[in-house]
Amino acid sequence: MRDFAYARAGTAEAAVGTLAAPRTAVIAGGTELLNWFRLGIAAADRVVDIGGLDELRGIARDGDELRIGALATLNEVGEHPLVTRLAGALASACLQAASAQVRNRATIGGNVLQRTRCPYFRAEEPLPWPCNKRDPGSGCASLAGRHERQAIFGWTQDCVAVQPSDPAVALAALDARADVLGPAGPRTIPMREFHLTQREAAAAGEPMRETRLGADELITGYRLPVSTAGQAYVKVRERASYEYAIVSAAADVRLAEGAGGPRAAGAGEQRIAAARVALGSVAQRPWRLTAAEAELPGTPLTREALLPVIERAMADAVPLPQNGFKVTMARNAAVRALLAAGGAA
Amino acid sequence: MTLDFARRVEVTLRLNARSRTTVVSPRTTLLDWLRDDIGLTGAKKGCNEGACGTCTVLVDGRRMNGCLTLVVQCEGRSVTTVEGLAGMKGAGEVGGELHPVQRAFADHDAFQCGYCTPGQLMSAVACIAEGHATDDASVREWMSGNICRCSAYPQITAAVLAAAREEAGR
Repeated sequence: MRDFAYARAGTAEAAVGTLAAPRTAVIAGGTELLNWFRLGIAAADRVVDIGGLDELRGIARDGDELRIGALATLNEVGEHPLVTRLAGALASACLQAASAQVRNRATIGGNVLQRTRCPYFRAEEPLPWPCNKRDPGSGCASLAGRHERQAIFGWTQDCVAVQPSDPAVALAALDARADVLGPAGPRTIPMREFHLTQREAAAAGEPMRETRLGADELITGYRLPVSTAGQAYVKVRERASYEYAIVSAAADVRLAEGAGGPRAAGAGEQRIAAARVALGSVAQRPWRLTAAEAELPGTPLTREALLPVIERAMADAVPLPQNGFKVTMARNAAVRALLAAGGAA
Repeated sequence: MTLDFARRVEVTLRLNARSRTTVVSPRTTLLDWLRDDIGLTGAKKGCNEGACGTCTVLVDGRRMNGCLTLVVQCEGRSVTTVEGLAGMKGAGEVGGELHPVQRAFADHDAFQCGYCTPGQLMSAVACIAEGHATDDASVREWMSGNICRCSAYPQITAAVLAAAREEAGR
């Protein structure tokens, strides 16, 4: 593993203060950073440990918001009664991520900064093939090679990778905001804008940039509007547990109350009053289906009614030659998440 | 304020109920330290990337991958390895009577080659303590971070449930 010098930060400000120097990395749980060091993905010479900062810990309700400290582990978030009750999709996403022992180390702050699982990217240096993320300008081996797990939205010829985080999908669907601390002080970043697709990054003139977080900034926590609507996180994968998603979907559904009309009394066709839905592992960022969200109010909570709404919202998908199946799979995951969130599945 | 970045760091922790102070290079993982410096080779180096679970140890009672944990992150913490399991409930001496989970694994033939067993045992102890050893499906989900390439999963699941029942009955 890469050699480095180490310091423990006493405050979040002190940690941020060290990030101005180049080649300085933050360690919280370390589940990603240590593997980056093994593979040669991170080139840091200094590591600042924020693991002892109690100010970044804790999960609490603050009025209409749920506040989650960046150092809360995935198991802590996933099993916390407040999260289970007020942000169920996030709790579910956390517990479907990784394994029980990884979740005891991995933090919710670090999780959204994990990088793609593209096997061409995650190889030990020196890379035997091109990868623009590892060696800018070298090309994309995945585009020319295997890419059945890659993006169906927002990719470019330079990179077709997807962001694999489960919690990030729920955070985007639930309109969470990241609290961020930088040299100029604190600011917030909406989680639906936190990650960048390759196309967004290219348009901003930084084709390989993956998030809006600055290199000298630290995530200190998240705030989510509390929701009493039904929620669900559906993860589709090749193993039932301990596997990355092929696609996933987070949904939050409020049903129309006392839906009038004779049909409501019978076998009950329930209708959606409001819904939010985001797809995961289809792009380099969580993919909110905003067109569907606009159309869903008044839609019956049935598979037949939901399918065409989701299909229309995904009409701009651009699958690669090998991953057309992901369009169908993501559509079905979104429908399943909406049905489950509405209590119909 | 500037922080001092060090290339050698002194760490004090408890290992299997005994206090230890050590000086390490910051990149030393808990797994490498246990195996190479301390000579406790129960935790195995299977994948060295957090995928197989055979390096699972307890840190402050919570199961973690030793390969994804730095020794410097264990300052002031209490680490338990499979070597500390037998007789753990006694006076802090190792090598005592088998832990109920170890006995359950033996009784249920919950291994073939045994390479994954130390990690399975540590994970099982935590799984039971967490309250997740309630039924077959829950054990399979909450033990999924421990891979057994001999595929002794049915026996492992049975052993974990039996040990959980025994613990509940005490």
